Amino acid sequence: MSEVVLIATLASILADSAPIIFAALGETLNERAGVVNLSVEGTMMLSAMIGFAAAFVLDGYGPMLFMGTDLAPYITVAAGFAAAMLAGALIALVVAFGSITLRRDQVAVGFIMTLLAIDLSSFAGVNFVRKPGPSVGHLPIPALADIPVVGPILFSQDAVTYLSFLLIIGMAVFFARTQPGLRLRGIGERPQAAFARGTNVVLMRYLYTALGGALIGFGGAAFSLHVKLGWSHRHTAGFGWVALAIVIFGGWDPLKVALGAYFFGALRAAATTLQALLPAVPVQVFPLLPFPLMILTLVIFNSDGLVRALSLLPLGPRRFLFGLLRSNPPAALGTHFRQE
Amino acid sequence: MKIELREIHKRFGAVHANAGINLSVGTGTILGILGENGAGKSTLMKILSGYFHPDSGGILLDGAAVRLRTPADALRHGVGMLHQDPLDFPPMRVLDNFLLGREHQFWQRRSAARADFDALCSEFEFRLDPDGFMFDLTVGERQQLEIARLLWLGARVLILDEPTTGISANQKVKLFATLRKLAAQNKTVIFVSHKLEDVEGLCGRVAVLRRGALVGEAQPPYTTAGLVQMMFGQALAVGVRPAAPLGAPQLELRGAEFAGEHIVLRNVDLTVAAGEVVGLAGLEGSGQQQLLKGVAGLVALGKGSLKIGGRDLSQASYKEFLAAGTAFMAADRLEEGMIAGLTIEEHMVLARRGKQPAIVDWAVARTAAQAGIAEFNIKGAPASVVEGLSGGNQQRALLALLPPALKLLAMEHPTRGLDVESAIYIWSKLLMRRAEGTAILFATADLEELLRYSDRVLVFFAGEIMAVLRAADATVEQLGALIGGKQK
Ligand SMILES: Nc1ncnc2c1ncn2[C@@H]1O[C@H](COP(=O)(O)OP(=O)(O)OP(=O)(O)O)[C@@H](O)[C@H]1O
Ligand SMILES: [Mg+2]
Repeated sequence: MSEVVLIATLASILADSAPIIFAALGETLNERAGVVNLSVEGTMMLSAMIGFAAAFVLDGYGPMLFMGTDLAPYITVAAGFAAAMLAGALIALVVAFGSITLRRDQVAVGFIMTLLAIDLSSFAGVNFVRKPGPSVGHLPIPALADIPVVGPILFSQDAVTYLSFLLIIGMAVFFARTQPGLRLRGIGERPQAAFARGTNVVLMRYLYTALGGALIGFGGAAFSLHVKLGWSHRHTAGFGWVALAIVIFGGWDPLKVALGAYFFGALRAAATTLQALLPAVPVQVFPLLPFPLMILTLVIFNSDGLVRALSLLPLGPRRFLFGLLRSNPPAALGTHFRQE
Repeated sequence: MKIELREIHKRFGAVHANAGINLSVGTGTILGILGENGAGKSTLMKILSGYFHPDSGGILLDGAAVRLRTPADALRHGVGMLHQDPLDFPPMRVLDNFLLGREHQFWQRRSAARADFDALCSEFEFRLDPDGFMFDLTVGERQQLEIARLLWLGARVLILDEPTTGISANQKVKLFATLRKLAAQNKTVIFVSHKLEDVEGLCGRVAVLRRGALVGEAQPPYTTAGLVQMMFGQALAVGVRPAAPLGAPQLELRGAEFAGEHIVLRNVDLTVAAGEVVGLAGLEGSGQQQLLKGVAGLVALGKGSLKIGGRDLSQASYKEFLAAGTAFMAADRLEEGMIAGLTIEEHMVLARRGKQPAIVDWAVARTAAQAGIAEFNIKGAPASVVEGLSGGNQQRALLALLPPALKLLAMEHPTRGLDVESAIYIWSKLLMRRAEGTAILFATADLEELLRYSDRVLVFFAGEIMAVLRAADATVEQLGALIGGKQK
């Protein structure tokens, strides 16, 4: 592969992974708070539709509303994202209400919301199928984009991709360095103890579920306005489930979740390349390849053998690697909290 | 800080857990609170630390009436509490745990916190690694961390709810030194326990609760008989162990090996006869648990052979062990012993062994539960969920669930967390089983209990059985030294 192609491939992996980054990090927030939001698949689907539809409709009125400004395309797209985030937050709030206030099973509520949202997206999105519409514009960052190699990969993207970078960094800092981030971990780990330390568990669970839902919604709109432009029936099918799996893959840690999303993106890109190289293999095989490979990686990283190998190392590096590889689900994931 | 509790009332349904309690504690003192299981000690402490709201009554701190809405609110007023089970976050690092809950800060400021943490640790001679993981800490170390944390957040009153359960003798000495130091710094310490010797050694004053009411106070010099009289309303006689004839071997281990998560117990040769009680001594995690679970069929035999009642069960499944008449009672009552959320009668149904009809006859289950409740004197009803029972009553319920005739009973900490009366009661029931020919193996951290009830004591150290003693000839001092690995 020539250097140019490689750079282009890497840049497109980063860009195409953005929707999953948003959705998986949104779900990470949810699950860190102890709420499994199983509606990701449906939320992404519906918000992809709503995001595109809102931008599309607004674009129609564009000349009238923002006459003369060259900000018009940005405003319409931003409005699409805002609508998608609102939809995501609302669905998440239903899940939160069902599981936190009504104490119903989180999995059941989330699953029903998925089914509902998927059907709703097909039904309400009928008028927007395969219509050309607005999308997020390319936005190279002046000086930085000219740096060789790094520039075209990292700094010659669009605003959504940059936001995905910022989100990864911001969330990693939030968990590792801020008091609210630490408290959030406490809520998902042991809500009774978090309450004892002055956290309003119920309020925070609502807040982080809504926030995570909004991010998932953003991921949906990133799909229809940034990766696979426009809307068609079941436009984002499967990506919500992938995002859910990547949260587990990444051990509920923002950096590792992001790494998982990029790993998945790279596998997809590799599958496309392989398809060209191996014309004899049925084409249906390639899109499926990333899944068994991810499962394999999970199995290797969680095996006892790895733990045993680590135990041979001296304390310092062992602790470091252990902290890096360890994947502990939040202990109170999916449970109800009752304040005594 | 001076604390005054005025006419505190708290009811849970029909239970009057605190019935009009008046109590005051002066600055710089250590107050002991004694009381039998279910007396209302934890409830009162939770009220003082903002967990529970009293139904009526008031709290005065330094003369000013306060309303403590939440635990965090209480800590803002300077009242901090260590719970019976430390309320911390096991998967996190020590420093994270120390930091979590600091108010009015957005950034964690880890290096500043680390400096404070190190200063506190060196002041009290705690050896805690801020970068270590919580799950590597012992209960004693988790307590130390919690004490450091509460002091860091400005606690001037420290409440400890049964802190000496589950910590080693050395850690207890250190804990007491810490508490004395705190009192000397003019902090107020409230120490809840039902271990008389702890309270006698530490506290400048003792308040005794019984059935939700404050029945009296005492000051040194204490008399054990006087305190027992106040706690239970009567004097208690420690059951003398009647001599029982030993029968045929019920358990035979030859060169047995049991592997645990952290420790492997190797090359065990042991024969236990019907009617024999064998106590397992040693620091927590020295291999006792592997032996107990191994002989009950819960840990697979690695090497060697194992016979129960003369039958070779070396390769047998847990089901076959059950059929052969073994039973295991776990220390962690709500994790391994019972199922939180289910009632006593539901447990009765689950615990039945052998072939059962597919459809549960609830009338029969209820009768069985009622019989168990009556026989074991459990404070609860057939329909009470088990986590609502007090610790002592959970333990009684566990005993009630055991099948009638057993060849071998393996128990971890049969009386952990129980008051003297409950412990004596539980042992009276166990000794009845022994008289019926059950071989009993039990592990405990209580040396007195080991010597009082065992025929033989096995001392474990780092996965080995270091010594086998005849309980009648051994002393507490000798046992203590062996447990520390001091002599062979
Ligand atoms: N959350 C609760 N819900 C219902 N009943 C409760 C609750 N907490 C305590 N009780 C009841 O209140 C009474 C007092 O309980 P408490 O825990 O204060 O006793 P304790 O003196 O701490 O006993 P122990 O020595 O066993 O810890 C008991 O009968 C108990 O069953
Ligand atoms: Mg208690």
